[in-house]
Amino acid sequence: MRHLLSAADLSRAEAIEILDTTATMAATQSREIKKLPALRGLTVVNLFFEDSTRTRISFEAAAKRLSADVINFSAKGSSVSKGESLKDTALTLAAMGADAVVIRHQASGAPHRLATSGWVRTPVVNAGDGMHQHPTQALLDAFTMRRHLAGGGEAGPDGIGRDLAGAKVVIVGDVLHSRVARSNVDLLHTLGADVTLVAPPTLLPVGVHTWPCAVSYDLNATIADVRPDAIMMLRVQRERMSSAGGGFFPSPMEYSRRYGLDGTRLAALPEHCVVMHPGPMNRGLEISAKAADSPRSTIVEQVANGVAVRMAVLYLLLAGGTETEGSR
Amino acid sequence: MTSGAPSTTVLSENDISRALTRIAHEILERNKGGADLVLLGIPTRGAPLARRLGERILAAEGRPDAPLEDLVGTLDITMHRDDLRRNPTRALEPTRIPSGGLDEKVVVLVDDVLYSGRTIRAALDAISDLGRPRAVQLAVLVDRGHRELPIRADYIGKNLPTSRSERVSVRLTELDGTDSVVLSS
Repeated sequence: MRHLLSAADLSRAEAIEILDTTATMAATQSREIKKLPALRGLTVVNLFFEDSTRTRISFEAAAKRLSADVINFSAKGSSVSKGESLKDTALTLAAMGADAVVIRHQASGAPHRLATSGWVRTPVVNAGDGMHQHPTQALLDAFTMRRHLAGGGEAGPDGIGRDLAGAKVVIVGDVLHSRVARSNVDLLHTLGADVTLVAPPTLLPVGVHTWPCAVSYDLNATIADVRPDAIMMLRVQRERMSSAGGGFFPSPMEYSRRYGLDGTRLAALPEHCVVMHPGPMNRGLEISAKAADSPRSTIVEQVANGVAVRMAVLYLLLAGGTETEGSR
Repeated sequence: MTSGAPSTTVLSENDISRALTRIAHEILERNKGGADLVLLGIPTRGAPLARRLGERILAAEGRPDAPLEDLVGTLDITMHRDDLRRNPTRALEPTRIPSGGLDEKVVVLVDDVLYSGRTIRAALDAISDLGRPRAVQLAVLVDRGHRELPIRADYIGKNLPTSRSERVSVRLTELDGTDSVVLSS
């Protein structure tokens, strides 16, 4: 693994290696001294062309826990707002001695361009690009599911070495704008889970039938038929729509009635089913406060696991020696 | 092991068993009993050795039914290695510390082979992130010499004079299906 650009690039073995490493990293985070020396002396650049608080902070915390130095670069108020291209920004960062670049960009494919163009010779981690991929989010979701669904017994509480074979996962909401949904479908399929997407037809992308998952328009029927082990509510991305839903749905109220996770649907879920949300939540729209704050909700745990997953990814990409001599 | 290379078994199953029993008693003798002891095995082969030492210590103390988990743990030192960036990425092993923690305990590090001493240096760093033991001691099954750091073992199964070109392979039933120490060139 040289870069982490897409959840679809990961083989089953690679995905499980990352999840197992995450378990070790997570265990170190309950210690008094959380910092590990693995990436001492290396510099990680957070290159964020799109607003993000939690992902950037999560990557920053992960790099710092591994003793790397972190440089944060956000497009706002930087040379990008003066018209600098991605290429020139990348060359500048490479000249400053970055050892890894974490990039979030509003354009799908920007991380791939950065990784394959030869502008930087460091590992590139995709922290979300346009409506394409967000692999570390998918990994942290898979880690959280594995802990709840496959943990216990010989494999320990984190389900070390296991995949998600046979787990039934329902992903509900704004699939069209969601890189989280795309990444999750790819990774969960690799790990052997059965995924069902539930959304109004207007919020499903063209070609969704070619994805390795089932598709439904009816949340109540899906909960009754699939009996999910995990249900993931996606954020309705209002900033990518015009006000009041922008023609994707008649009104927020109607969306909430048909696709929101309210108390009734929460009660209809199987006893062991966990409630997930990638955040930030629109309480009252796709998820009710009752569901978000219920003991079955893993939403806060997902954030904690996010740091451990990103530590694992940075460790696996950076800690080992590079194959090509002198590339660092 | 390369085929055809001459190899000698330097420790048999019985030799290993006797050495571990002796080390267990030496640990108890030196520390005047098993109170405040914590054995930390360094993965991969230090971990089963630490468990075996722990069983012998509990048996010698006359409390064979006491939980081994309170005495024995494992300590992964991968992230503290000084050659981390010279080798391909290593998989991490779990670190498990007994519930009593390490503060004010006597920690006995357990590993299979003592060679350059760099693993033990890394282990000492790892320990200092986990707590402040009263003392740290070192038990190894084989000391093959060629130290690169000022580190020595407190308990040694066998001193094995070797040349740098030789290979010492420790095999343990838990991982390899058989107990032996083999020297090959």
